[in-house]
Amino acid sequence: MIKLVKYVIIDILRSKVIFAYTLFLLATSLSIFSLEDNPAKGLLSMLNIILIIVPLVSLIFSTIYMYNASEFIHLLVSQPLKRTQILIGLYAGICISLLIAFTVGAAVPVLLLEGSATAYIMSFAGLALTSVFVSLAILSSVITRDKAKGIGMALLMWLYFSLLYDGLLLLLMFQFSDYPLEKPMLVFCALNPVDLARVLILLKMDISALMGYTGAIFNQFFGTNAGIISAASIMLLWIILPLLIAVKKFNKKDL
Amino acid sequence: MERASAKTKIILTRTLFFLLFVYSFGFASAKIIHVGNSYPFKSIKKAVAIAQAGDSIIIQKGIYKEGNIVISKSISLVGEHEAILDGEHKFEILTISANNFLVSGITFQNSGYSSMNDFASIKVIDASAFIIENNNINNAHFAIHVSNSHHFTIENNLIKGYPGEEQSTGNGIHLWKCNNATILSNHIYGHRDGIYFEFVTQSTVASNMSEKNIRYGLHFMFSNNDYYTGNTFSDNGAGVAVMFSQHIQMTQNKFQFNRGGSAYGLLLKEISDGAILENTFSNNTIGIYMEGTNRILVKKNKFQSNGFALRVQASCSDNTIENNNFIANTFDIATNGSLVLNTFNGNYWDKYRGYDLNHDGKGDVPFHPLSMYAMIIEQNPVAFLFLRSFMVILLDETEKTIPSITPENFRDDTPYMKPFQL
Repeated sequence: MIKLVKYVIIDILRSKVIFAYTLFLLATSLSIFSLEDNPAKGLLSMLNIILIIVPLVSLIFSTIYMYNASEFIHLLVSQPLKRTQILIGLYAGICISLLIAFTVGAAVPVLLLEGSATAYIMSFAGLALTSVFVSLAILSSVITRDKAKGIGMALLMWLYFSLLYDGLLLLLMFQFSDYPLEKPMLVFCALNPVDLARVLILLKMDISALMGYTGAIFNQFFGTNAGIISAASIMLLWIILPLLIAVKKFNKKDL
Repeated sequence: MERASAKTKIILTRTLFFLLFVYSFGFASAKIIHVGNSYPFKSIKKAVAIAQAGDSIIIQKGIYKEGNIVISKSISLVGEHEAILDGEHKFEILTISANNFLVSGITFQNSGYSSMNDFASIKVIDASAFIIENNNINNAHFAIHVSNSHHFTIENNLIKGYPGEEQSTGNGIHLWKCNNATILSNHIYGHRDGIYFEFVTQSTVASNMSEKNIRYGLHFMFSNNDYYTGNTFSDNGAGVAVMFSQHIQMTQNKFQFNRGGSAYGLLLKEISDGAILENTFSNNTIGIYMEGTNRILVKKNKFQSNGFALRVQASCSDNTIENNNFIANTFDIATNGSLVLNTFNGNYWDKYRGYDLNHDGKGDVPFHPLSMYAMIIEQNPVAFLFLRSFMVILLDETEKTIPSITPENFRDDTPYMKPFQL
């Protein structure tokens, strides 16, 4: 399996796409912090990149890679290897190479140029979101054999997690605004990896605002050790669960 | 300029006091009475009893537990190093009612608490022309309590309390019905209000540090024509509360880390005709909260990293907000209605994204500091959880293009392109 992971990483790192992604992240993060004299504004732009661009690229790139590697997967299946190992190996390979790209392109420059607590939590959030969305991409590529359908599904997932979900929640919130919604909303927010990452970053970035108002319940929950642990475990669940379902499907799949 | 005039004022009052002292000493052939273990007088009370106007009582190192010491003479009470007056958690330590006196260099500790009386470490009633300076007041209910007095200075005292509940904790420096007071360079920590003014006029509060008080760092009630400058208010329930007062000048203060559900850097309630100049508001949940506030000039202040820089309720009118810097605040403005009777003019907003074609330093398109999302939160606080989400960004952008919820006249017509050097 290690060999497979190594092979996938080398294969991906050699490709131009991942190079372009790294370069894009590097260029944006460098230009954001060197052109902007106000670091808070720079962090805000980085936040949008991490919450919007990173999941999108992770999803699309992984899905396309999985479809392009279908012949390679066929070859692997014919070898004396367990299917579980093959899929997890592929996941690890793709995920590690995207994590490397993110670290080089965004995390390192942000930490070097900004280095505040917000920068640290942002880097972690970016790494976590990459892992989550690669896992979701693997699932979508296992579910359907049709490449166009698979990519479409991945795009829909991205749209859902970064836009539709919040829109639906907002709608729900206005419909039920007469009820105490703080706690249910907290739970709903935690159920979306993008929202969860956003909230964790906000707790550092907008702490002054969050200390007042409803934000206080966020702070009470995620500000404690128990909250941090539960946030981390929810993130971990978002990585493991889709992958587990994908493995189950892949094991039964007629290739 | 204003600061310079404040300094001159302080220097003038000090000279006046000094002259008064020299005057009194000169004519009354002043004695110096030593109190302590190695002197004939072991008790401060006895020394006070024989002292005459103009005498000085010097207290030697030691702990003095004498209950309540009452003074009604123009004398100086000066403590040597580590002269400690202990109230044993039962007594008010010093009660003074006189003109021309001095209390200096004494450590007061453990004054009593009563829910009937406002026990204080130093209580002054019906007095004038006095100085309370360089004292160290520890674990008091009220630390310094002055009522019905005028022309005095409270300077360079270190006051530290251990707050319990709001009802059972006293104020650091409490002034009631006074005028021409100068509160200078004190450090107040852990009381209910750091400094409390009620019916106090023509007074100055300068260069104090007021922190970790459970209610307000500085509190004005029904106090007019006062001036505070160069103070730091940090980590209080609210930095400064100005209520039911007129003509208060507030300059060059720092309001910081006042965070919480109802925490403000500066709380203005039912006040009019004042000025807020050259202050720094940073890391507060709400920088300035205005309610029933009229004709206030907010100029050349710096608002940085606050949750809300300004919260201007619809009950405010004729306030002018100009030449301020708004940098890295989560929200620049919030309000609770659609009525706008205030002027926003020529500020620097870091959220402004307009252009300046004629290069006069001012943006060519007006800036709307009130975001739609701030209005949504106002109606539905739970929406706070969507702060900075993609959905909210889209909503805000739409609102900027086609305004529908936010009041159209809530705008800065000449936003500056670059921050002011403040």
